[in-house]
Amino acid sequence: MGEFQVHRVRFFAYVPAGIRCLAHSPRSGRLALARTDGALEVYNLAANYFQEKGIPGHETRTTEALCWAAGDRLFGAGLGGDISEYDLEKLRVKYSLDGFGGPIWSMAADPSGTQLAVGCEDGSVKLFQVLPDKIQFERSLDRQKGRIMSLSWHPSGTRIAVGSIDLLRVFDVKSGHAIQRILVDRRPQGLYSRECVVWSVAFLSDGTIVSSDSVGKVQFWDSEKGTLLETHPVSSSAVLCLAVSEEEDSIVVGTSEGAVYQFQLLPVKWGSAESKWVRTKPFQHHTHDVRAVAHSATALISGGLDAQLVIRPLMERMHGKGYDAALRKFTFPHRRLVSCARKDRLLLFQFPQHLELWRLGATNSAGKDGDILPVSRAPEHLLQLKSKGPEHICCSCISLCGSWIAYSTASRLHLHRVHLENGSVSVKRVSKVPKLLYSAHQLLFSADSTSLFVASDQGAVHVLKLLEPGDCGHLQTLRPNSGSAQAVYLLTASVDGDWLAAAGGDWEINVYSLRHFKPHCTVPAYNCAVTALAIHPVTNNLVITHSDQQVFEFSIPNREYTTWSRKVQQHGLHKGWLERDTPITHITFNPKQPAHILLHDTHMFCILDKSLPLPDDATPLMNQTTLKQLSEKARRSYAHAFKICKKYQPLLFVDLLEEGSLVVVERPLMDIKTQLPPPVQQKKFGT
Amino acid sequence: MAVLGEEFTLCGLIASAGAGAGQGILGLEPGSDPDQVLLTDRGRTATLYKVSDQKPLGCWSVKQDQTITCPAVCNFETGEYIAVHDDKVLRIWKDEDVNLDKVFKATLTAEVYRIHSLPHTEPLVLFKGGAVQTLDALLAAPQQEIENVISDEVIRWSEAFMETQQPVLIFTTEKNGNYFVYVQKVNPNILHKYKLEQEESSHPLSFTAYTKNNILTLLCLYSNGCVYKILMSLQHSVPEEKQILSKSLLLKTVVSDTVLKGASLAILDKDHVAVLGCLDSPPNIAKECLSIWNTKFQTLQTSKELPQGTSGQLWCYGERFFLTHGKVLTVIVYKCETSSLAAAVGKLKDTQTTVSSYVNWNMLQEDDLGSPCAQQSVTAKTESKRTVSFRVIFFLSGFCIDSSQNDVEEELWQFLSNAQMSDFQATVGYIITGLVNRCKTEPTFYPRNCLVQLIQTQGLSYSLCPDLMAVALEKTDMHLLQLCLQQFPDVPEAVTCACLKAFLSINDDNLQGTNVNLDSVISYMDITLSDQVEKQSATVQNGFSSELMEEDSCDIQLTPKPHVVDNEELCPVGPQKAALLNAILYSAYSETFLLPHLKDLSAQQVILFLRYLQYLYIKCSEKVNMDFPGMLSPTINQIMDWMCLLLDAHFTVVVMLPEAKGLLFSLHKFVRAQVRFYSELNKIEGSLQELQRTKPQKDVGLYSIEMLELV
Repeated sequence: MGEFQVHRVRFFAYVPAGIRCLAHSPRSGRLALARTDGALEVYNLAANYFQEKGIPGHETRTTEALCWAAGDRLFGAGLGGDISEYDLEKLRVKYSLDGFGGPIWSMAADPSGTQLAVGCEDGSVKLFQVLPDKIQFERSLDRQKGRIMSLSWHPSGTRIAVGSIDLLRVFDVKSGHAIQRILVDRRPQGLYSRECVVWSVAFLSDGTIVSSDSVGKVQFWDSEKGTLLETHPVSSSAVLCLAVSEEEDSIVVGTSEGAVYQFQLLPVKWGSAESKWVRTKPFQHHTHDVRAVAHSATALISGGLDAQLVIRPLMERMHGKGYDAALRKFTFPHRRLVSCARKDRLLLFQFPQHLELWRLGATNSAGKDGDILPVSRAPEHLLQLKSKGPEHICCSCISLCGSWIAYSTASRLHLHRVHLENGSVSVKRVSKVPKLLYSAHQLLFSADSTSLFVASDQGAVHVLKLLEPGDCGHLQTLRPNSGSAQAVYLLTASVDGDWLAAAGGDWEINVYSLRHFKPHCTVPAYNCAVTALAIHPVTNNLVITHSDQQVFEFSIPNREYTTWSRKVQQHGLHKGWLERDTPITHITFNPKQPAHILLHDTHMFCILDKSLPLPDDATPLMNQTTLKQLSEKARRSYAHAFKICKKYQPLLFVDLLEEGSLVVVERPLMDIKTQLPPPVQQKKFGT
Repeated sequence: MAVLGEEFTLCGLIASAGAGAGQGILGLEPGSDPDQVLLTDRGRTATLYKVSDQKPLGCWSVKQDQTITCPAVCNFETGEYIAVHDDKVLRIWKDEDVNLDKVFKATLTAEVYRIHSLPHTEPLVLFKGGAVQTLDALLAAPQQEIENVISDEVIRWSEAFMETQQPVLIFTTEKNGNYFVYVQKVNPNILHKYKLEQEESSHPLSFTAYTKNNILTLLCLYSNGCVYKILMSLQHSVPEEKQILSKSLLLKTVVSDTVLKGASLAILDKDHVAVLGCLDSPPNIAKECLSIWNTKFQTLQTSKELPQGTSGQLWCYGERFFLTHGKVLTVIVYKCETSSLAAAVGKLKDTQTTVSSYVNWNMLQEDDLGSPCAQQSVTAKTESKRTVSFRVIFFLSGFCIDSSQNDVEEELWQFLSNAQMSDFQATVGYIITGLVNRCKTEPTFYPRNCLVQLIQTQGLSYSLCPDLMAVALEKTDMHLLQLCLQQFPDVPEAVTCACLKAFLSINDDNLQGTNVNLDSVISYMDITLSDQVEKQSATVQNGFSSELMEEDSCDIQLTPKPHVVDNEELCPVGPQKAALLNAILYSAYSETFLLPHLKDLSAQQVILFLRYLQYLYIKCSEKVNMDFPGMLSPTINQIMDWMCLLLDAHFTVVVMLPEAKGLLFSLHKFVRAQVRFYSELNKIEGSLQELQRTKPQKDVGLYSIEMLELV
């Protein structure tokens, strides 16, 4: 079948940023996530938690609070004191507005979604009105002493509970007065006691306020009388966040020890009307602070400083076994961060603020399966390109020949001409890059390195002509006929230079003819996010993978799904394939084996051999070890289309170099952990 | 236990006219003497043989164109022989007759099937039509009409018995695959007819029967290898309706899927049957064998392969099998003993022989050689054994009764030098038992060299000669004890302890001259130096206890040492004693059984032994691999085990003894140092292990090029 010389690369020192806050929108089934570097991600819970949208981070922007308001509009506020609205179509910050109250620690939208309450450093709670295109300051509630760490609207919209240092307050929205002031116990420490930070509050519809504080307690208060109803010591360190389910019968809290607990409102006795909050399930999936939790209808979602997004399904709310019923952990973005120049064996790594160019090593010996070959030439770090300015890089690409590097931040596109001559590297920035109106969301060089495709807003793809020795000019802008508003986030071009396919945020895939610079066709709509695209170099078939793990093959010349694709849909994919954890993020082909499709996700890579029969659910999907024990003849009867290798994990990138060489880029979780700050010291039994 | 004995050829068989070799002979009947048989071949001849002499006594033939059709029998009453030729012509002759043409002749009206001759009664003539007549009645009127009892049936087998002074004749007939059994009583003439239960897949091959208490038991061998037993009562005096006989399975001689061919069955006694047959199992070649089965326990007692093929006929008269083997008539002697379960499963064999012969030795010492008991047991044995036993007996009688020690030695040396017998080990056992017995009775008799020689044959164990070590202890033969401890795998703990006690209490001086094997000590003890040291201490002090007092001051700093050699490195016992103690350490034991005996040691002995163990321990610890080189040197584990055992058994005593204090103190110090050392080793081991565990993960590094094959 195939023997590969695998270049196993682990020197991509990528460290994902910690998760700072989460906002779940039950209406749209979306989860917004802000990272400590200011980046924003939107996950689609319906599409197997696929990371649909991403807005790159910014040096000065730290998001402390996120909320969905007025339908599907997403607002964020941070320690910079600004309140921003995100444009989820163009994938950037739409506008920012100064709150004039110092750093903002908390923000919440009222139940109707028309007002935003913002808790500021100076102790004020400010109300902003959400207007169709902007937000407008409405008024401030009575200003009190102490920063506002957390706030929560009463479901009626008439009260706001506010958590501050050492105390809780309840404001009447109409009058703006504080009507209740509740002191929270401090932690006794010697003669003095340390201040108690109320990290998070939730106002339940029956008037109960739930608070979580730095003492490690989750407490339930009566907002009318200002009395403590229940107290639950959860942790010896702080309880940082809490979230309430829509039915208000379940609460999830996250602690700085990395533990997540669920509280449930359960009847005291079977059939009794009286109910009590009971701490039910503890989960320990994080190693560091759990800074944000969210409660979806079926799962507890938590994100921490260890950069992991953990989705823990609640089995009692699940019906049947499916993708949602399994524990999911996401550490890596569902985007390509590595690009490869196959001929020169160069790898371009994308970091938030710089790029690294590496040349792979070489070996001059051969071996058999499982051998580790001696490295005759070590890999070489050729270049580090630092991006100027506070904006983070959103996408990057290296041309297949290795002579062009392009990257883009939110506001600018950068193009560099690279000369590699016997060991010396020189880089020349192309100065006259055409100023595009909008930011680039994806970059792609054509196979012959003569043009650069820039994915942009509103479904547009700009085609730039690359000129030697280091110049470029705008050639064309391709726009879909449908007039989509969503930004394009995936691009692929055919090797012969005739076709370009682009997938946008509305999951529409447009195929353009590069000969005529006009839309060729649209792939029939499929109701799930596209995770990867590639055009076959020989047949010009477009291979599409979706976040529900479906694989399609679409013949561009014939404008229809191929017979193989129809066969796959008819036969159905293997259960094991459909239940995989992470989406396919990259597709490539082997020109010498036209029937092969190479795909990979975080945990495996797979050679999909179209010439072999598809497996049914009774046969094991992962059959490589069994096959290897069989004779050549017996293999033929057992082999199926999916040849999966799970040896390399977690995978960020797999690509086929020439002459049967494969490059895999791994980023072991252990290596990331060593980069993180030490977690809260915990006594572990036996240590 | 049934055994097949010697086999010899009675006569060759001539493939005479009309009879192929495969068909065998017409019949074999007992002669008037138990040692005679009358053989009738399928041609014209009947021959009388004396079996034990394997020679013919007489031979009679009919004329050229006549054939004998019924085996000749001997009329036991008159000593005459009766035969039938050409189916109807009856001939009766005597020993002295030569030509059958000239002897008495009677022509009968019906064809004769067989003549059965029984002692104390007239022979019975069975006609092919099923009628039975006594010979005298027949001779009275040879031309009388013989009625046809059976219609179309053919007689397959017949046999006659005497039951309650009445002759009974049984015969079986076959018709279209149905088998019938007829039981004919002659006086009064009663005929019973039975039908055999039909078997689907197999048919009867051979019948045999015996009577007891008016019950006739018919055994029937079927072609599937099963022997069925059919019981018939002879009590009925009135003929009854035709009955169907039910049979019960007595024995299954072959595994399934094999087919028995050309087989016959013979009853040996109430529990044994002999089966001669050809087993035909398709993948293998058919092989014929004679086997004796125990029907009580369904076990195969013995069997003999007959590679040259048989005719499937088997007779057995007077503990002899007669069968045609190839082209000869072979006689095989057999012996059947009463069956017991032990014998049936083959367990009894060894114990029987050893026990009986063992008993014989004791008896031999009292009685003379020709005692009936000895003879009996000897005759029970096979030929070869007999010779060995006799030799041993002769030999032993010499030992046990009056030979001088030198004679015994010489004789034994001769015996051992040409000892090539199969049961050598047992023989050596008998001899040594005899010697030890004599030693016990005769205090002056102690053939030391003989015993050593016998032990060194390496075939002995404690259980073969339980008294040997006791005798050696009594004679304080340390060398012999050492040998025993080293050679015997099964020395009881009590004896081990007794030896230990003896070794510890014997004075080193007394050991100087003995030829104790020092192999186990030379690896760690300089024998010459120790000898010297021992001599010194022996001259200064008298006895080991005072030596102990001197040795007890083991604190090096306080007491100046009289010897240059460091006390810790000085062996507390002499090399001979050390070698003996090593033999103890090396012997096998069980802790539970050893501990109570170990308590018998006196305090001084305990301290000496403990001191020696400590010395060994320290010596052992000096070596990197913790073990002494050499075959019989004690290992560190043995030393530690014994030290623990000794302390366990005598802890209170040792704690109380003032002279043991120093010893315990230094022992504790050393052990503590060792423990510390080992805990350090433990740490190193832990970190090295960790290193090994993390190694494969780190192996990959930041970059590697690997081969991957996807099939």
